[in-house]
Amino acid sequence: MAGKPMLHYFNGRGRMESTRWLLAAAGVEFEEKLIESPEDLKKLVNEGSLMFQQVPMVEIDGMKLVQTRAILNYIATKYNLYGKDIKERALIDMYVEGVADLGEMILLLPVAPPGEKDAKLALIKEKTTNRYFPAFEKVLKSHGQDYLVGNKLSRADIHLVELIYYVEELDPSLIANFPLLKALKARVSSLPTVKKFLQPGSQRKPPLDQKTLEQGRKIFK
Amino acid sequence: MEARPKLHYPNGRGRMESVRWALAAAGVEFDEEFLETREQLHKLQKGKHLLFQQVPMVEIDGMKLVQTRSILHYIAEKYHLFGSDLKEKTLIDMYVEGTLDLLEMIITHPFLKPEDQQKEVVSMTQKAVIRYFPVFEKILRDHGQKFLVGNQLSLADVILLQTILALEEKVPNILAAFPHLQEFTVKISNVPTIKKFLEPGSKKKPPPDDVYVRTVYTIFAP
Repeated sequence: MAGKPMLHYFNGRGRMESTRWLLAAAGVEFEEKLIESPEDLKKLVNEGSLMFQQVPMVEIDGMKLVQTRAILNYIATKYNLYGKDIKERALIDMYVEGVADLGEMILLLPVAPPGEKDAKLALIKEKTTNRYFPAFEKVLKSHGQDYLVGNKLSRADIHLVELIYYVEELDPSLIANFPLLKALKARVSSLPTVKKFLQPGSQRKPPLDQKTLEQGRKIFK
Repeated sequence: MEARPKLHYPNGRGRMESVRWALAAAGVEFDEEFLETREQLHKLQKGKHLLFQQVPMVEIDGMKLVQTRSILHYIAEKYHLFGSDLKEKTLIDMYVEGTLDLLEMIITHPFLKPEDQQKEVVSMTQKAVIRYFPVFEKILRDHGQKFLVGNQLSLADVILLQTILALEEKVPNILAAFPHLQEFTVKISNVPTIKKFLEPGSKKKPPPDDVYVRTVYTIFAP
């Protein structure tokens, strides 16, 4: 009998949060081993548990998976959140990669050099408003269905809704002109598994604060 | 009868080169429409051919695929370069993702300030030799097979070979400490479809030069 997946990462969103969202949305209970010091990370490296000496790492089904995309691809496939055929997978992949590009900009904002932060934030807002939100709004409008691909919940919806929450943390007005995205966010958020994950006390991680950023810097320098 | 895939990108390696490698390795002939001017990019964007207004874009099987990884996954799945089951696919995914992290350094290198470029060659060499090559050397040594996963050619072999050859262009002896990777390089280069791609006259693109860098700035600079 397989144990629960075990997530190895530090106590913050970073590159592990999308995995937490996906597992939670799929209704899969998981455990976390938090990396709190450089020694914790070194121990994992010395054990040979990290293929490229990096986290995220997820122990699942007898494997020690690394590389965020490989982890997400495995979970999405296992829990039927990756479309029904190769063409649906291609659409899901495209949408997910677009979400990841914008997500990467948001992820890296806290570690931008102080002189560059304002420009980077402006760029995020511009790309959200002119590139990414319009693309996804258009997809939803084109078929009028409840979900992005195949009239069924997939990882694309989950990753996009997660991203919408982060965009709203930066600037709640950015979603104003995207009614279908707002509807998708409401729909996905009200799914029982997601609703539970959004409540206090879940394994969802809060925005990065100064203390967690400093801890992360010490561990990953 | 299927139309040939059509690749939209400038006439250089960049983010499209992995796609050229994958199609070539799969023995799939393809056409290319080279972006040379900003106007051409705008035409693609205005015509709504680019989901996120970016290239690479590949017209294939009635779709306009964008995002390098989506394109690579589609090709790998369609042409059986993705292993025979979920576990093999997952190994291939991990190996490809690790290799792409290294390849990313190569892709962005020509666009660094000249004074930073030599430092970056040192950095990518260290990463290759300390983080990535030992992993693949061990995999090959442990199973003694020709291919990284499942005893058959996969996307993992293709992307690793692409990356090794690109690094060797900058650091010719980079595989000195890795005998299994040296053997791997020879063996995979001799896979017939790949051998053909490595011959002059193929669609493999030369190393990025000043002309390529200037073209990219012309087309894409804000």
